[in-house]
Amino acid sequence: MQIEFLLIDVFLYALLVCVGAYVLYVFKTPPLKDSWSRAFKRPISVASGMVLLFFLMLALLDSIHVRPQAPSPDQPTSAASVAKNTVSPAPAQALGVEPKSILDLLLKPLADARERSYSAPLAMVGFKKETFERDGLAVRDYPRLKFGGAHLSLNSPDHVKDCWRLSVNALIKAMGVNALFAVVLLLMSFKFFNPKAKSLGQLAAHLMKGHASWPIRTALLMCFLISLILIWVIDLSAFYHVFGTDQTGKSVLLIALKSVRTALVIGTLTTLVIMPVALILGVVAGYFRGAVDEFIQYVYTLLASIPDVLLIAATVLMLQVFIDSHSGYFDSALQRSDARLFFLCLILALTSFTGLCRLVRGETLKLRELEYIQSAKAFGVSTPRILLSHIAPNLMHLVLINCVMQFSGFILSEAVLSYVGVGVDPNTASFGVMINTARDELAATPVVWWTLVTAFVFMFLLVISANLLADAVRDAFDPKTRLSLGRST
Amino acid sequence: MITFLIRKLGYGLLILMGINLLTFVLFFKVNTPDDMARMQLGGKRITPEAVEKWKVERGYDKALFLEDKAQGLECLTQTLFFQTSKQLFTFSFGPSDGGRDIGREILRRAPASLMLALPSFLLGMGISILIALVLAFFRGSYLDFWGTIFCVVLMSISALFFIVAGQFLLSKVLQWLPVSGFSWGTETWRFLCLPIVISVLARIGGEVRFNRSVFLEEIDKDYVRTAKAKGLSEVQVLFSHVLRNALIPIISASVAVIPLLFMGSLLVESFFSIPGLGSYLIEAIGAQDFAIVRSMVFVGSVLYILGLILTELCYAWADPRIRLQ
Repeated sequence: MQIEFLLIDVFLYALLVCVGAYVLYVFKTPPLKDSWSRAFKRPISVASGMVLLFFLMLALLDSIHVRPQAPSPDQPTSAASVAKNTVSPAPAQALGVEPKSILDLLLKPLADARERSYSAPLAMVGFKKETFERDGLAVRDYPRLKFGGAHLSLNSPDHVKDCWRLSVNALIKAMGVNALFAVVLLLMSFKFFNPKAKSLGQLAAHLMKGHASWPIRTALLMCFLISLILIWVIDLSAFYHVFGTDQTGKSVLLIALKSVRTALVIGTLTTLVIMPVALILGVVAGYFRGAVDEFIQYVYTLLASIPDVLLIAATVLMLQVFIDSHSGYFDSALQRSDARLFFLCLILALTSFTGLCRLVRGETLKLRELEYIQSAKAFGVSTPRILLSHIAPNLMHLVLINCVMQFSGFILSEAVLSYVGVGVDPNTASFGVMINTARDELAATPVVWWTLVTAFVFMFLLVISANLLADAVRDAFDPKTRLSLGRST
Repeated sequence: MITFLIRKLGYGLLILMGINLLTFVLFFKVNTPDDMARMQLGGKRITPEAVEKWKVERGYDKALFLEDKAQGLECLTQTLFFQTSKQLFTFSFGPSDGGRDIGREILRRAPASLMLALPSFLLGMGISILIALVLAFFRGSYLDFWGTIFCVVLMSISALFFIVAGQFLLSKVLQWLPVSGFSWGTETWRFLCLPIVISVLARIGGEVRFNRSVFLEEIDKDYVRTAKAKGLSEVQVLFSHVLRNALIPIISASVAVIPLLFMGSLLVESFFSIPGLGSYLIEAIGAQDFAIVRSMVFVGSVLYILGLILTELCYAWADPRIRLQ
């Protein structure tokens, strides 16, 4: 076992460290702590935040790659070595060719359960009729799946009843786990957090009515929902393919879970590259004005004038030719597609930073006329320090709002780019690639609908929770909404 | 006003020259004509003579920026950069890498793009303004609340889903409209119906939210309070005062998009097999035809800059303070 450091993995974990540092910084700065608390005191942001956190966990698990041991060849026991009473030393453990992630290793049972071809969700027979032998006669019927519903008896498979039984089991398990969790939480908050409630029952009633200062009731509900869905999927996956299989017999659930990382990486990496670039350029342009301002304006008008898709397509085409002609740098196909994803994020960032840059520049133009900047200059504060300590912190709320709102847009545009052909490698699992294959499948008869529905469900959940959280963050940080007296936003 | 226009046009020209330089560097420096020739010829046909022949055919054998062997002005004019720039700026794009004339193809395909893009743009804008007005009228009520949530939901669904699901439901299952295709004549509206409906649906979510926020911002202003205090009804206030003032930012934001309508919607055209500029570009990207992509980048940039200038004109017309700057 040897850890493999892919480009994107390193970035994701570096980002995690930065976010951790930012959280510590927020706790120490009262105004920021206020704003973030305001954002998270709304039930909707807690709910969408929990969903996003779940997806984030998936992506992080999928970002630790190891090279598992290859199965070692059998020790040849030759007569000669037995006679000489010597044993030749074991060959060095060879490592497998393709690095696998922790998520891959966890989902190995799912990956091993491959069928031959298409199968509908929760089905026990294949999707297309085949000719095979049954009781000595050649029949043309739907073949029983190798894995899905394999535990059901041959002659009287109680398919629907079995599914119901498993679902009810999952529900009971989820209720049990959550009840335990809720009781522990209640006891802890009674002991440590809430001096007002006089008894455990009163505290419980308090929380159930939603009167706590933090949306704990929503958190518990979401916890129950998420755990219910998780337990149901895990339980049923032991016996059936919950989301069906694709043309090669691979479980669609597996593909969707792997696509989550691609989507999240594109969203976060692109946003993260945009932030410093747009901030620095915008502040410099707005503060120094004159020639520097004109030049920076020229540059971003230039980049904005070229139609998005065209610029991305042109750059990706060039990049593809470059990667092909310099294939010595990349060891495996996974590294190649990883590098391509990384560069796609960079290119997307370079073509989309103009909006934020303009915003930052406009705000800097306003800020530099304020009195405290004048007094800082009169005190002789150096220019870099003015920019860093006085102007930049007052822009961050704009930057934050813009970035969180753009996050979901990038996930959606990746799907479009994959269709055009300039997105990720077709071998990488991504929602765009899934939708692409789903398109052909929908056109066939009978219709294979589950790939599209699965891609839709996963992508929709991801994007809508990102959108709702972004809305809540924007409402908490935008000065205009803070001044409003409770009107609906 | 005239000096304003001339200033903006001059700046636009400067931007165009910058774009030209950028795309030239992107297309010819990152991958040399040799690489391109090898890729287009492909396989066993790559011999130094074949590569040279391919380059000479397209004029790629000249030096990139400076030709040392020539005299005087020829130094600069006999280069690849000058030749391609001259081609682009005079809109004579020449043949594509596959051999067809690009300019003629663009002119042939532009009307189809326009027939799809213009109705969906106008319809989308009209419907979203109407819905946003209704939501602003009923602000604070359950209709507003659920309307906004519905908009967020629509915004969160990728355009691809609308297209694929729309094609599947309306064409395959219900069989009301043809799946794809295009023809001029009496059947055109049938082919355009589904793409227009789907394009409108896909953009309505974001547009209604944006328009609604603009309306609400306008409604909070003092003059609206005065109008209501004077006794005007809500409807009168909305239509005679708020709508007019709120339309300025909305339309100015939309005007920038109008020239780009010529480029057509890449996705919709290619899914519905409409022979417009969008599908032309997607085919070119798929075939890795750099000549077409280069020309389309230039055309697209020209149109975008036209849109920017139009927007500035619109703002200047609406707000006299900008005119007098």
